[in-house]
Amino acid sequence: MHYLLTEEQQMIVDICRQIVDEKVKPVRAELDESKEFPWDAIKEIARGDLFRLFIEEKYEGMGTGIFEVCLATEELSRGDLSVATSYAASGLGLIPINVGGSDDQKKRFLPQLASGEKLAAFGLTEAEAGSDAGSIRTTALRDGDHYIINGTKQWITNGGEADIYTIFAMTNPEKGARGASAIVVEKGTPGFEFGKQEDKLGIRASATRELIFTDCRVPAENLLGREGMGFLIAMKTFDESRPAVGAQAVGVAQGALEEALEYSKVRKQFGSTISSFQAIQHMLADMATSVEAARALVYHTARVIDSGAKDVSRLSAMSKTFASDIAMKVTTDAVQILAGYGYMKEYPVEKMMRDAKITQIYEGTNQIQRNVIALDLIKKGVI
Amino acid sequence: MIKIKIAVCIKQVPGTTEIKIDPETNTLVRQGIENIVNPFDTYAVEEAVSLKERLEADESFGEEVEVAVISMGPPQAEEILKEAIAVGADKAILLSDRAFAGADTWATAATLSMALEKLGDVKLIIFGKQTLDGDTGQVGPELAHKMNIPFIGYVSAVEEISNKNIKVKRLAEENYEIIEVRMPAAISVGKDINNPRVPSLRGKMKAKKEEIPVWTVKELEADPEEVGLAGSYTQVVKIFTPRIVHDVKMIEGTPEEMVEELFGNLKELNVV
Amino acid sequence: MDIKVNESTCTGCSLCKAVCLYDAIEIKDGKAIINDSCIFCGACVDTCKFDSIEITGLTEEKDFSDYSGVFVYIETHGGKIADVGPELVSEGRKLADDLGAKLSAVAVGNGMEKSAEIVFEYGADHLYLADDPVFENNIDDVYSKVLVQIISREKPEIFLAGATAFGRTLIPKVAAILKTGLTADCTGLAIDEEKKILLQTRPTFGGNILATIITRNARPQMATVRPHVMEKKKVKDIPPDIKDRITKIEVDQKKFKSKYKLLGTETEKGEKINITDYEVIVSGGRGLGGGEKFELLKELADALNGVVGASRAAVDSGWISYPHQVGQTGKTVNPKIYIACGISGAIQHLAGMQTSDIIIAINKDASAPIFKVANYGIVGDLFEVIPMLIKRIKEGKPLV
Repeated sequence: MHYLLTEEQQMIVDICRQIVDEKVKPVRAELDESKEFPWDAIKEIARGDLFRLFIEEKYEGMGTGIFEVCLATEELSRGDLSVATSYAASGLGLIPINVGGSDDQKKRFLPQLASGEKLAAFGLTEAEAGSDAGSIRTTALRDGDHYIINGTKQWITNGGEADIYTIFAMTNPEKGARGASAIVVEKGTPGFEFGKQEDKLGIRASATRELIFTDCRVPAENLLGREGMGFLIAMKTFDESRPAVGAQAVGVAQGALEEALEYSKVRKQFGSTISSFQAIQHMLADMATSVEAARALVYHTARVIDSGAKDVSRLSAMSKTFASDIAMKVTTDAVQILAGYGYMKEYPVEKMMRDAKITQIYEGTNQIQRNVIALDLIKKGVI
Repeated sequence: MIKIKIAVCIKQVPGTTEIKIDPETNTLVRQGIENIVNPFDTYAVEEAVSLKERLEADESFGEEVEVAVISMGPPQAEEILKEAIAVGADKAILLSDRAFAGADTWATAATLSMALEKLGDVKLIIFGKQTLDGDTGQVGPELAHKMNIPFIGYVSAVEEISNKNIKVKRLAEENYEIIEVRMPAAISVGKDINNPRVPSLRGKMKAKKEEIPVWTVKELEADPEEVGLAGSYTQVVKIFTPRIVHDVKMIEGTPEEMVEELFGNLKELNVV
Repeated sequence: MDIKVNESTCTGCSLCKAVCLYDAIEIKDGKAIINDSCIFCGACVDTCKFDSIEITGLTEEKDFSDYSGVFVYIETHGGKIADVGPELVSEGRKLADDLGAKLSAVAVGNGMEKSAEIVFEYGADHLYLADDPVFENNIDDVYSKVLVQIISREKPEIFLAGATAFGRTLIPKVAAILKTGLTADCTGLAIDEEKKILLQTRPTFGGNILATIITRNARPQMATVRPHVMEKKKVKDIPPDIKDRITKIEVDQKKFKSKYKLLGTETEKGEKINITDYEVIVSGGRGLGGGEKFELLKELADALNGVVGASRAAVDSGWISYPHQVGQTGKTVNPKIYIACGISGAIQHLAGMQTSDIIIAINKDASAPIFKVANYGIVGDLFEVIPMLIKRIKEGKPLV
């Protein structure tokens, strides 16, 4: 339930809802089967001006905040998490440019991302560097006015479909974590190739590919900030993007709750609808309460970030962790309520359960998130 | 800079699927019927906005294109005009006046044509092929005659458009025809022509702020005898619910018994 | 032009408010008040049991005594007469008889002289023939010009035409040029006994309601009728004195130049199917649940020498292509047998098939509106009933 939204915020929700009803719901089952990238939905989302929510007015964005990004992401997730992920991942890929880029770099890259003509992607993870992001081995070594990139990124969302990639690579391998930098690489640059699309448990229509760099020459003007700022930029990016992952989780949970509720009012056993059985009623009550609580935490976090607060890592991690954990439970419970029917692909909830799992994993596993929360708690107290 | 206008005529209609019949009084009950934009008009607006984008992308075209949306209706028809602005129409005009009430298709066409003349520089007028409530599809051809321009109905694609001609593919009885005419011209479109876009955020914000001018008999300098019921050649004299007098024979029994009986009926009718 | 409520006889019963589709009536202090949304449709005038509502201020009717006769337009395509022509002649015959007037047919086309004579079999008294290469292609401006010429000269009181794809753009143009009224898609035509004018009845609001319309202060009274709505009836063989009953229209080709350039034609890719040609239609709706399920209906249709039809819901869901769509925005059909499977009977659908001879409905929901128009109804699972029926037909062995 949303309340106290401004007219403009309500417009965002309305547009996303229309896109979900008209362009997403009719094709989501098919896309899950075919693993085809949801370009039609992405084009509508772009036309709706929703990619502008990630960007400042100066660079053709709407200049709104994370709150609005969460509104759009949640609503899209209610329809289909692959579509929402493709949208949110583009945001993730461009936030480093917002955070660490120069005015010139922003002018070069952001307008086309604002219009949705081009998509972005975030390239950090490697085969040997997941939670342990500090162990990345991709290098970007300076050669005159270029950097030469070598290495492979794994499981990159929007890989192959995006045009603009923010890559994290070691400019100074001997410095360890302090030697990583963020650099923008465009699709089509010689030496930059893609692996095959991964076959996943969930969000199957979201493109997940390897990025393979072989002596890829990238202009030095594409380096974000200064050498060595890579992980700082990454951490700052996650602080902003985690609530949006929380919003994804809230959205998919909401969608599952709606399906379960509708079904329970229609399905009759033993002479009455199953919604009249206390067992089901209690499940629905718990599901709805979890979703409401997760939503409250996510949007509270968004408001705090938008207010300009500096120290948001703990709250950000909490919103992502809590929301994704309840999403997994709510979607699983939804399958349980639909029981046999819920297990069949003909009904949308099994896909929602498969989709929800990823929210506990990407952008920092919930285990890492708990580390972040605990360490922050111990260091700074309850606040 | 000459501005070429593409005009779209749209109508607000009752969402008819809500209409129910009260079995006791055998009259219609409008259980809070929602007003919606005539579904085919959404496709007309989308086509106008798409054509504008197409023309402006064409370097050889050279002129600025403006999409103007017009509706003749009561004050609440402003809603659908705002929806059109939210998806990319540049301006909207509401034709609203007590004197316009009761208009048949001819009087409607006459009133719309007055507004289009006042708008000026209109190269192309697009209609949805028919309305949900009237579904005659007559206003387009009648307006085209009034303005002395050609009309092509059931257009399923605009193949080419320049600053002189328009070439379209339209649905005829059993096949499609490719027809070219000089503009100004009017066309009507169905659902197969395009995929209407969702409103954009900036579009919705623009629509919210937009003040839509209302033109009455005064602004149109219209002769009251030419508009509304006074200007109509036809008039509705009665409205009633169809009385379906008939007996349905419900076939009952086990599935085998029902099918057997149905088979017997089909045999009697000489179909098997 | 005004509408007034007689406050002394109005009881505030609010029946009028219930029928007003335009939300124009409120009941205040026990009296009906009509506001600006009123479009003078007259539904409330009719409904009021106390005769308390009156529409006033209508201008006086002009004198149209110099208009007489019923004319029907015979549409042709490439020299062939469209079905709707004979249907209109049969209908026109009834109206002409009621008026004691002459029935004439007007045929326009190229190379259709001989085929047009069929109108006499259906009861026409006279035939106007505009047969010329300039009419080879059905193009609005050229056709409207010749029709306007004929009508202006002959002054019929009634002019009927088919609401075909061509008719729906041609006839409004003719009406506009003649400055007369036109009512589209009539499902009923009759002559008012007292006033001797044409009562034009058509569905509106998707077919939920019927409206009866008259033409005020203009002639001819023009109406179009959808194909397959009226029945054609042969009344006699072609009379021997046919030559005296045919007027050939002289065409000066120079005066018939079109503004439209027909550059070519394209046939629709895929199947070219016209469901109106079949005597048996087996139609599927939302209850089918998917495109593959239509194979089942095809099997039944084939067994009955029929064709598969569909509701708009099925076509919109992509389960079957548009040529199969029956309904207000699809095709109007009136086959001998219409079997509706998993179709609820939404008004828009009924408008396209309710004139079928025999309607059989199979639906799981006993309260589905389709049962109101069906001749035979089965409340059951179509996935059980249809395969069983197919088996019964193919194997010929009784099931009980």
